[in-house]
Amino acid sequence: METGTSRVKRGMAEMQKGGVIMDVMNAEQAKIAEAAGATAVMALERVPSDIRAAGGVARMADPTIVEEVMKVVSIPVMAKARIGHYVEAKVLESLGVDYLDESEVLTPADEVFHIDKRDFTVPFVCGAKDLGEALRRIGEGASMIRTKGEPGTGNIVEAVRHMRLINSQIRKVQNMSKDELYAEAKNLGVPYDLLLEVHENGKLPVVNFAAGGVATPADAALMMHLGADGVFVGSGIFKSDNPEKFARAIVEATTHYTDYKLIAEVSKNLGTPMKGIEISKLAASERMSDRGW
Amino acid sequence: MKIGVLALQGAVSEHIRSIELAGAEGVAVKRAEQLNELQGLIIPGGESTTIGKLMRKYGFIEAIRDFSNEGKALFGTCAGLIVLAKSIDGGEESHLNLMDIQVSRNAFGRQRESFETDLVIKGIENPVRAVFIRAPLITEARDGVEVLSTYNDEIVAARQGRVLATSFHPELTDDFSLHKYFVDMINGG
Repeated sequence: METGTSRVKRGMAEMQKGGVIMDVMNAEQAKIAEAAGATAVMALERVPSDIRAAGGVARMADPTIVEEVMKVVSIPVMAKARIGHYVEAKVLESLGVDYLDESEVLTPADEVFHIDKRDFTVPFVCGAKDLGEALRRIGEGASMIRTKGEPGTGNIVEAVRHMRLINSQIRKVQNMSKDELYAEAKNLGVPYDLLLEVHENGKLPVVNFAAGGVATPADAALMMHLGADGVFVGSGIFKSDNPEKFARAIVEATTHYTDYKLIAEVSKNLGTPMKGIEISKLAASERMSDRGW
Repeated sequence: MKIGVLALQGAVSEHIRSIELAGAEGVAVKRAEQLNELQGLIIPGGESTTIGKLMRKYGFIEAIRDFSNEGKALFGTCAGLIVLAKSIDGGEESHLNLMDIQVSRNAFGRQRESFETDLVIKGIENPVRAVFIRAPLITEARDGVEVLSTYNDEIVAARQGRVLATSFHPELTDDFSLHKYFVDMINGG
């Protein structure tokens, strides 16, 4: 009997496919998310849009919040540690969290090194803007990838950019000859064997979700249309007028992302989505997607 | 032979790959009408609460019961096993009620307790690599249910007539012997 194997960690992410993972800040929100059909919840002290508004250093959530959420739902519970913060990740693992997110939404703790994720029994999800970043994180032991997008903006444009870029880079690698792969591995700064896997299979070796800016059912369906395996929704649900209705609508639009009549139906009278921010109005220092490498 | 995989949420593509390795045609099923063209249906792993809700929403509960009553075959893995069971520990509402078993969700604990191991399964020649992810257990198998495999004396695979269920994920390995077993089952084995 073996725990924490790569198959067990990656398999856990496979079970989330076609699903919606929702950010929650307390037990009550977690119950709403589960009742709406979320496949997992991300327990946080503040959603990204509140982190933006509050400023200062954003850290791992208070363990009390994480434990409260774990107590009230039967679906998996995820939590975020700062980039490079080995101890925050170990603390969250000790609580029994099901999945860790080494996340750019929090203020990075290390400007050079990410966490050695192979040193954990619990699997990790990490953000990526391009194929190089995705494969570097997988090389460090990540079992799931998500686009970075631009968290807390309610603006889908960055998530679209990242998903399209990763997919176009995968297609390019797929069409390379084997001898070109060595140079491309150097060029992207990634392990050769992972690049070879992408070349042979035409996809990442792990599940790839969309995250960072999903605010409406149509946004979620757009990301599925672009090839996402599932969707993370951060501020989008609990910063909307009617979180319960919004959550259910996003779940249905993700499952039936090519059924436009159904998406129209679930999008009716949803109330106001989160307000949103135009990306060009963000100062460079406010861009979370530039954190990590 | 066409075998469907319920594609509301979960590990759909892995099952389709295993079905094709076992020599049948695999189809992703998003609409209840699609059941008409199938000889068997797999309910995959995923989150049982999510899959159960979406099944109710899109009319799959009655449709799959009718499908089963017509003598068509069903195979549930992990969440799929929970969805097939007549009763769930803790009094949670059951879904399809097609298998006379009682199940316990997340019976081994949380993700850190998820594991893989080799299992001997009745009717399959070689041991199978079984991947358990936040897996359920069958805590009671009632009359008419044949136990196919146990792990530490707990039931992890069972069959009742033309309904097959496992706690673990045979679709996550390259070994397609359980899918082959399901294909043989559809053929009357």
